[in-house]
Amino acid sequence: MGIFTSPILNYGMLAPILVVLAGAVAGVLIEAFAPRKSRSSSQLVLSVFTLVIALVALIRARGTYSNKAAMNSITFDGAGYLLQMSILIIAIIAILLLADSDKFAAAPTAAPGSDEERQAQVANIRVTEIYPLTLFAIAGMLIFTVATDLIMLFVALEVLSLPLYLMAGLARRRRLASQEAALKYFLLGAFSSAFFLFGIAYLYGYSGSITFAGIAAAITGGTANDVFLLIGISFVSVGLLFKVSAVPFHSWAPDVYQGSPTAVTAFMAAATKVAAFGAMLRIFYVAFAGDVWQWRPILTAIALITMVFGSLVAISQRDVKRMLAYSSIAHAGFLLSGVIALNKSGLDATIFYLFAYGIATVGAFAIVSLVNDASGEVTDLNRWAGLGKRSPWIAIAFSFLLLAFAGIPLTSGFVGKFSIFSAAYESGNTAILITGVLSSAIAAFFYIRVVVLMFFKDPVEDGTSVVIPSIYTRITILVSLAITLILGVFPAPVLDYISQTAFFLR
Amino acid sequence: MTLTIIMFLPLVGAALLALVPSAQERLVKQVALATTIVVAVATLIKALNFNVENTELQFRQSYSWIPSFGINWALGVDGIALVLILMSVILAPLVILGGWNESEGGRFGVKTFYILILVLETMVIGVFAATDLFLFYVFFEAMLVPIYFLIGGYGSGERAAAAVKFLLYSLFGGLLMLASIIGLFVISGQNGEVTFDITKLSELHTVMSSTTQNILFLGFFIAFAIKAPLWPFHTWLPDAAKSGTAGTSILLLGILDKVGTYGMIRFCLSIFPDASKTFTPVIIVLALISILYGAFLAIGAKDIKRLIAYTSISHFGFITLGIFAMTTQSQSGATLYMFNHGFSTAALFLVVGWMIIRRGSSTISDFGGLQRITPIMAWSFFIAGLSGLALPGLSSFVSEFLVLVGTYTRYPAAAIIATFGIVLAALYILIPVQRALHGETTPGNENLKDLNLREKITIAPVIAIIIFLGFYPSPLLKIINPAAAYIVQQQGYSDPVPTMNGGK
Repeated sequence: MGIFTSPILNYGMLAPILVVLAGAVAGVLIEAFAPRKSRSSSQLVLSVFTLVIALVALIRARGTYSNKAAMNSITFDGAGYLLQMSILIIAIIAILLLADSDKFAAAPTAAPGSDEERQAQVANIRVTEIYPLTLFAIAGMLIFTVATDLIMLFVALEVLSLPLYLMAGLARRRRLASQEAALKYFLLGAFSSAFFLFGIAYLYGYSGSITFAGIAAAITGGTANDVFLLIGISFVSVGLLFKVSAVPFHSWAPDVYQGSPTAVTAFMAAATKVAAFGAMLRIFYVAFAGDVWQWRPILTAIALITMVFGSLVAISQRDVKRMLAYSSIAHAGFLLSGVIALNKSGLDATIFYLFAYGIATVGAFAIVSLVNDASGEVTDLNRWAGLGKRSPWIAIAFSFLLLAFAGIPLTSGFVGKFSIFSAAYESGNTAILITGVLSSAIAAFFYIRVVVLMFFKDPVEDGTSVVIPSIYTRITILVSLAITLILGVFPAPVLDYISQTAFFLR
Repeated sequence: MTLTIIMFLPLVGAALLALVPSAQERLVKQVALATTIVVAVATLIKALNFNVENTELQFRQSYSWIPSFGINWALGVDGIALVLILMSVILAPLVILGGWNESEGGRFGVKTFYILILVLETMVIGVFAATDLFLFYVFFEAMLVPIYFLIGGYGSGERAAAAVKFLLYSLFGGLLMLASIIGLFVISGQNGEVTFDITKLSELHTVMSSTTQNILFLGFFIAFAIKAPLWPFHTWLPDAAKSGTAGTSILLLGILDKVGTYGMIRFCLSIFPDASKTFTPVIIVLALISILYGAFLAIGAKDIKRLIAYTSISHFGFITLGIFAMTTQSQSGATLYMFNHGFSTAALFLVVGWMIIRRGSSTISDFGGLQRITPIMAWSFFIAGLSGLALPGLSSFVSEFLVLVGTYTRYPAAAIIATFGIVLAALYILIPVQRALHGETTPGNENLKDLNLREKITIAPVIAIIIFLGFYPSPLLKIINPAAAYIVQQQGYSDPVPTMNGGK
């Protein structure tokens, strides 16, 4: 009988994850025991508090890097630190958006249009399960960026995905669309998880190991059957590319972005991207780096198609959330170029880009949630006409974020684009550089179209108006704008911080 | 006062404007005008300290901005940049004074109009003074935002569409340039330290393969050719010029478009000397096409603002020709041309703007007999027009002559073809002069008022400068010549020595 030794865990490095998980569990307890009236505020306080504590714990752990944070399963290193930090900061400003609880279904389990739903609405019931769900998703994301064995990676993937599937279905209005989004996200997500798991099996078959280090060693050794490796890399990539919504695994994104409650979309679009690209960076830089000549051409092709497709299709969108979804697809293409670069500048640039993009995305969706008519949010772009006249500040803020997405100088988007494309060119990838700037030019077109619509078209009188933002939404928007501006004008401290900190422990 | 401080003066003015209540439109305008006058005076005083003997960049300042990319807040001017900055800051108050009322009835209110102009002025000074390529690019792109809102918000007709067309063209060019900038950045990193300092970048051509150089050159050149604009990248200009207010059009054609030709000198020539040589024949052909094509379009134009835009395309052809002919004369002529074009375009747009406001139409055939009804306005238009056709005695003659002479010594055929541009210029100016100023009074014109005091005060200095520099261009040429000679020499050219056959 073997002797069971308990795993050696480094609690300091795991603290951020554990804090968030504990906060999530506490949130569930509040749901169970606290009176309905006080739930909303206590959940919000608890969540923000949890995230801040996690951030503090993370900062305290800086510098204590180890690839044995939890046996061989978790590596806490500079890159992991930065990615977790990005996720936590994005999560803090995104979770404030959940405070507008009248955006969420009163009785999520009730069928749309049923009596049960009506009663819940009359009773003015506000659901607050969304807070613990978000915290669970955040915990999954935090693990996803530092996991260094395939099983841990898979568990993290599920922990972050399952709450998101549920959250997508929680919209208060247009519930059918919301539920459709949730179902679509769930089915396609489950499908891609299966691919991912399948790939893991092949990689295990190839290398006899489930750790990144083991796979890297097997590739360097070069004696095993390459076909298994290729199948493994492909299938694992499918799972990851699905999460980052790269073409051709993007088809869920527009529907899910559109159907989900906007606050959830904000969180999902920003934080999931950081987590998924974080995991992707780690697995390609650490585990698959030795096989770069095999995967780089394919991934390059995917990146090119993703940029061009996302930018082109976004042009024809009539719905602001769908447009932002296609824009996020285009950005996934840009971000992939950082993964493909496979050099230090690629790593730095991708992390910077992820953070900048995530922050701007949260702000943009926060603004989308403000444009309303009597029946809820207005996402039809035609009805955004003349917004600049009625609510100049909101329109200016939204335009600024769009310019950041378009990569105009003096916004964070420009610095991000500049650094990620230089990293790609540094790795000798001219195709990415040229396609990248050309699709940025295409993308500029549809961002500017929205600016034109808001400022140069006359308003239509159909009751569309900007609601006065709550204090929480206001904080989110202001923080997002401030960071986008600062990263555009004085990016030096952040760039330096990233370049000094970012590295992968192998 | 350092360049940085001068550069931020307009921004300070813009901040002051933001504090003025929107309802006090008069005060808003006064603050804006005062700011631009202060900037102009400060720049002139600064320019007096410029050492014309020195070919190096002067008034240099450099602060680290984004050290990990080797980016600096680096400013400095040579003769060429200084002349263009002077042109911009002198034109700015005239634009405000000349278009005193044109901000009213705009989409975003009077105050926003002047804030946009002041922000734009900061960026214009920055774009000409930047000696760091990245900094230049930041201004080059960021500049688009205020001018976009100026065209789209305060113009007439299809202004929103024209603004978008302008913006997309410029962004497209800008992004091509960005690709080239990234290329240069990475190459500089591979050959030492990453840098955007244009002096250091201009040493890189020795290590670049000719293919790389050619590709990177094209990225820059297309961006500048869109900005300048050269045929076949010119189609945005007439729409934008027609739709913008007269003041916006002066800013756009008189100042912003010069960034294109300036960029050709500063970046295309000095960073890619070999590629510049390779592409010179093509560029000269494009320049010639622009000269003639612009002129023909101008002759056929029915709208007076479009006409000025087309003449500008022709003039930008001359400037580009001068830049790439690569003699000291043509190079000096090109820079002087940029300066003079700024003022003759300003004169034309100012007068035309007043004509359009009075008549409520910009169609040439709606005017007629203005000489009798509004003599001062008509004379102003006439002189501005003559400056546009480069009549001897007016400033643009000197620059056009220099460009043609300088080009002739190296590319005689090109110079001869370009000379046809002058003949056509006589047509495109004299036809509208005849139609609008002379002949029968067109119905509806009988009661037009002549220029008022404000308008006279605006147009007087412009015409004075045009005439003064026509007779005595040497103050400017003294500033320009050393820089121009330096650039020609940097390219490895020496001026061809004129040969005389049969002379004794």
